[in-house]
Amino acid sequence: MPILVIAEHDNAVLKPATRNAISAATQIGGDIDVLVAGSACAAVAEAAARIAGVTRVRLVDAAHYADHGAENLAALVVANAPGYSHVLAPATAAGKNFLPRVAALLDVAQISDIVAVVSTDTFVRPIYAGNALATVQSVDPVKVISVRGTAFEAAGEASPVSVEALAAGPDLGLSRLVGRELTQSARPELTAARVIVSGGRALGSSDNFHSVLEPLADALGAAVGASRAAVDAGYAPNDYQVGQTGKIVAPDLYVAVGISGAIQHLAGMKDSKVIVAINKDPEAPIFQVADYGLVGDLFDVAPALAAALR
Amino acid sequence: MKILVPVKRVVDYNVKVRVKSDGSGIDLANVKMSMNPFDEVAIEEAVRLKEAGIATEVVAVSAGLANSQETLRTALALGADRAILIETDVELQPLAVAKLLKAVCEKESPQLVIPGKQAIDDDSNQTGQMLAALLGWPQATFASKLVVNADKTAAAVTREIDGGLETIEIALPAVMTTDLRLNEPRYATLPNIMKAKKKPLETTTPAALGVDVAPRLKTLKVAEPARRSGGVKVADVAELVEKLKNEAKVI
Ligand SMILES: Cc1cc2nc3c(=O)[nH]c(=O)nc-3n(C[C@H](O)[C@H](O)[C@H](O)COP(=O)(O)OP(=O)(O)OC[C@H]3O[C@@H](n4cnc5c(N)ncnc54)[C@H](O)[C@@H]3O)c2cc1C
Ligand SMILES: Cc1cc2nc3c(=O)[nH]c(=O)nc-3n(C[C@H](O)[C@H](O)[C@H](O)COP(=O)(O)OP(=O)(O)OC[C@H]3O[C@@H](n4cnc5c(N)ncnc54)[C@H](O)[C@@H]3O)c2cc1C
Repeated sequence: MPILVIAEHDNAVLKPATRNAISAATQIGGDIDVLVAGSACAAVAEAAARIAGVTRVRLVDAAHYADHGAENLAALVVANAPGYSHVLAPATAAGKNFLPRVAALLDVAQISDIVAVVSTDTFVRPIYAGNALATVQSVDPVKVISVRGTAFEAAGEASPVSVEALAAGPDLGLSRLVGRELTQSARPELTAARVIVSGGRALGSSDNFHSVLEPLADALGAAVGASRAAVDAGYAPNDYQVGQTGKIVAPDLYVAVGISGAIQHLAGMKDSKVIVAINKDPEAPIFQVADYGLVGDLFDVAPALAAALR
Repeated sequence: MKILVPVKRVVDYNVKVRVKSDGSGIDLANVKMSMNPFDEVAIEEAVRLKEAGIATEVVAVSAGLANSQETLRTALALGADRAILIETDVELQPLAVAKLLKAVCEKESPQLVIPGKQAIDDDSNQTGQMLAALLGWPQATFASKLVVNADKTAAAVTREIDGGLETIEIALPAVMTTDLRLNEPRYATLPNIMKAKKKPLETTTPAALGVDVAPRLKTLKVAEPARRSGGVKVADVAELVEKLKNEAKVI
């Protein structure tokens, strides 16, 4: 039976995490339909139709899907779920929000945050902040799965497949978007960045966070991340947080500046290819996972590194 | 309005867990257990709403082994008024927990249910959304701010999303899951711990609630992830740049 992948987008642009979910679907095997639900989002459907592995795109265009409220989106997915063996979505904030609703309405378990496909019904997922990997088998007729983006390659481009319009479901009217405060940044998106410079509590203030990390990030063409302590202290916005309860990243290079390396932080970055740690405490746990550790005061080291790279 | 707060007993967040050598699960023998940190935030939010005169009663619920009573006593010490234990030794998965909570909601008719956004052991991040779906209620996940409107028929919730923050308005009754920045939970004081011992704690079972809790996912094995071996310490910035260029080849 075919697989349904729910696209993530902002009505204008398809989010890259969708490509990783499509890769996971390809590994499961079978035809892959992509559902694009939104408002005035035809461009997104066209982008989805050009992703390698996709069989067909199904487009639902209605005002009440514009903000991707979980209630309306889940109801729409459930209405269109019959005939599919698997329903997949990226394990992003948006995917985590609506997908469990889909599973509950279908009366099936959800398999969260998979990092590997073993067979059509068996998957590997991290538990305990990534300190253990559970191989789980679903006995449900439909498998509802969220996909950890960093564990699957992004699917590439192919010649376009057809886009077919689907009827919208009713507006349940259970919730309403009041507003969004999105962080504006010219930098690459954290989960898709090749290089990340991340700062911790040691930065000491929002001013320092920016004045110390930005030049280094500029020199490396990097995205900027943060530990929870730095976010809680107000040095960085919430969407910078890397970790068990923030974003999961796996860049080619992760530079941890003044971060101690708590389990919950490591959970979000330990699959990075190369890790650099800058910390003044030689015993800091971050050095246990760092490929290159530099013991020193970040207020000296970070500017010197930025200068050396320019 | 009444608030229901589901609380889960989990391995303390400071514990570095170990996988059992036979690959059957996590070694939980003699490991420190605590209330899931997100649920402490949930209790705190509910208790603050009561202190502000918005909520009338805070009911804590836990499903699991008999020793989840300890977690419920903690909730009571933090300010919950009474507690319900749904006792079972079955391995509960999120869908089963959501069904149990739905049955409790049907009896208790809360205006707001506040679960944590995820439990730090299984990291599923599902239960609240599933509960909302089963009840046909609105949901507001990953909340960092809650404002209940004056007539208590709706609430504005600020949510932490991938690009920043989003505020939505939801009709009540509803389910709201907590993110860590919603508030800073208080500590239980000794007098309150003593008082908690006298607060009502009712016990029920999945069978009494008419809920089938049979697991839908079978854990075939639990393994340790590939361990990252620590690397080298470099002496200075020049050596770091040289290694990144010529050894790691990432810049
Ligand atoms: C349920 C739960 C979930 C959590 N989720 C997350 C999560 O998703 N992400 C996350 O990051 N954390 C998370 N945490 C928090 C985590 O446990 C740590 O508290 C946090 O990661 C610590 O942040 P930090 O390393 O910036 O601060 P600290 O632990 O305070 O470390 C600061 C480091 O900076 C070093 N330092 C100080 N001054 C200097 C200097 N001048 N130069 C160089 N080095 C210096 C110190 O030696 C120290 O190692 C979570 C916690 C809980 C309970
Ligand atoms: C490999 C593996 C081994 C396991 N071993 C055990 C085991 O030895 N013993 C065992 O009991 N379970 C075990 N489980 C079950 C598992 O720990 C969880 O209880 C279950 O899957 C629920 O997921 P979650 O807590 O991550 O849900 P989430 O959706 O992440 O939880 C979110 C919120 O839901 C609420 N909630 C969740 N569970 C409860 C609850 N029980 N009572 C009240 N509120 C709750 C809390 O408010 C919590 O913050 C195991 C699961 C796996 C995959």
